[in-house]
Amino acid sequence: MTKSNKNQLTYLEKFQNRYFTKSKYGKLFIYICLTAWSMTTIFPLAWVLLNSFKESRDIITDTFKFPTNPTLQNYINAFETVNIGQSYMNSFIMSGSTVFLVLFFGGFAAFIMSRMNFRFRGVLQTLLVASLLIPAFATIVPVYRMMINMDLVNTYWALIIPQTAGNLPFAILVISSYMATIPKELEEAAFMDGCSRLKMYTKIFLPISLPSFATVGTFVFLWSYNDLFSSLVLVSHEKVAPIVVLLSNVSSQYGTDYGLMTAAIAMTVIPVIIVYLFAQKTFEKGATSGSVKG
Amino acid sequence: MKGDKKYIFLFLTPAFLISGVFLYYPFFENVVQSFYKTDGFFNSTFIGFGNYIRLFQDEVAIGSTLNSLELMLYVAIFQVGIALVLAIMVDSIKHGAAFYRTTFFFPIVISGAAIGLLFTLIYNHRNGLLNEILVSLGFERILWLTEQSSLYMVAIPTVWNYVGFYFVILLTAIGKIPNDYYEAAKLEGITGFQRMTKLTLPLIVSDMKTCLVLAITGSLKIFELVYIITGGGPARSSEVLGTYMYQKAFEDSAIGYGATLAVLMVVIGLTLAFITNKLLKSDGITY
Repeated sequence: MTKSNKNQLTYLEKFQNRYFTKSKYGKLFIYICLTAWSMTTIFPLAWVLLNSFKESRDIITDTFKFPTNPTLQNYINAFETVNIGQSYMNSFIMSGSTVFLVLFFGGFAAFIMSRMNFRFRGVLQTLLVASLLIPAFATIVPVYRMMINMDLVNTYWALIIPQTAGNLPFAILVISSYMATIPKELEEAAFMDGCSRLKMYTKIFLPISLPSFATVGTFVFLWSYNDLFSSLVLVSHEKVAPIVVLLSNVSSQYGTDYGLMTAAIAMTVIPVIIVYLFAQKTFEKGATSGSVKG
Repeated sequence: MKGDKKYIFLFLTPAFLISGVFLYYPFFENVVQSFYKTDGFFNSTFIGFGNYIRLFQDEVAIGSTLNSLELMLYVAIFQVGIALVLAIMVDSIKHGAAFYRTTFFFPIVISGAAIGLLFTLIYNHRNGLLNEILVSLGFERILWLTEQSSLYMVAIPTVWNYVGFYFVILLTAIGKIPNDYYEAAKLEGITGFQRMTKLTLPLIVSDMKTCLVLAITGSLKIFELVYIITGGGPARSSEVLGTYMYQKAFEDSAIGYGATLAVLMVVIGLTLAFITNKLLKSDGITY
């Protein structure tokens, strides 16, 4: 029997052995519960998306109906009245730079942390783990002051630098634990061939560890894209504000323009859903191994 | 290797320098700040424990702390509870598991700001989703965000937002239980329900502990949903430590006092994580 056959057999057996499977009604009940919960996750977003193509007054009168005359007016308004295009660009510049810097500096540090022994290695390792417990609230006041002193508030750097700093420990931990699994022989062979440490990293360790870079990159992108707290403090000026700040302003300024609000929500959510669908497997895997709550 | 020291220094310094200056240093500086009274950003006077004494006399701070703790309780019970039920259910079905995994998990990737705005629309009095459902069923509209209800109304999206995260952790844990255990149980003639209480649950206790610790420490970081849905109101009824800290430090310019509130958050988080760990002490199981 091949391995895959054997797995299939135990897979079937597993279902026969575990609970509820004997009763038909029990099974039906399970499917109803599960579908009900998935409705709660799909329905609100579907409702928003549907309504974003309606005129504002139709949202009020026919909130559940399919749009009779689908219109892009709400999206056009979003670009014209609240300048959502600019915030989109701000978000992508800041989150993109954060991801790049975290992976660039984090990768080098992870390589050393996973492959080499030196005097303060233990101390640094403890420091990395401990920093996962530092919430943004506990650093923001001094960071804000530093940014004022350096005259960086309301520039892209004001958000990029602290977010890079905050995400580096997570990146180093995840990437270095991945690099630690790379066999020592590979390193020795490369050394025999006269490979320098820099070459060893760029030619061997970096390419092999790309999956862990992808996981970290996805996480860091989503965290930084979604981070409202730091953004409100450091980059709230409309010229540099990311999309989440715009979103929090929309409800207070245009709270009665339901069309605009639905369009703004849809436009904020769509990029992250796309990122999620692409990176779903790595993302879920990462969530179960090294997990931090945003 | 020759020259290794150079590389260790070269490769490590940038990362630890950035984190050192913009993460570790601010963390300690924040503690220092909490001992200063600060008006405007640069005039600070050392007042010792003044801010901490103020904390205990500040009714809003106490109220926010209690609200945060109440939210923490809901989050711990319902996020992990619902996730556990869903994980056990998904584990016991044959078809559609991938679909449920995807749909349950994806609210996590959506920003609190977007979910906040979404729920503002859902709770909206005039034409919100909930009231529209009520009206279409022939009921009267309800005012959803009142002083009595506001904390529950922010707890619901918070729980909903993160259920999928714990669901994935627990589902993975259940999936790792070897089938032999269940076969043995079957031979012993154990019923379906007993199988769950005596086999599945005890075997994933350590994963549930991880979930609880994450839920508890995570609930202290709640900010976006409250800030957008209720702004802490009405009448501070849904104010939490995060929103109050933001208000004090950045709206009222009480920087030192804001730093004190941040210290309080860290202390509560560490204490509760420590207690949860102790209470639910169990040896990890390896198969």
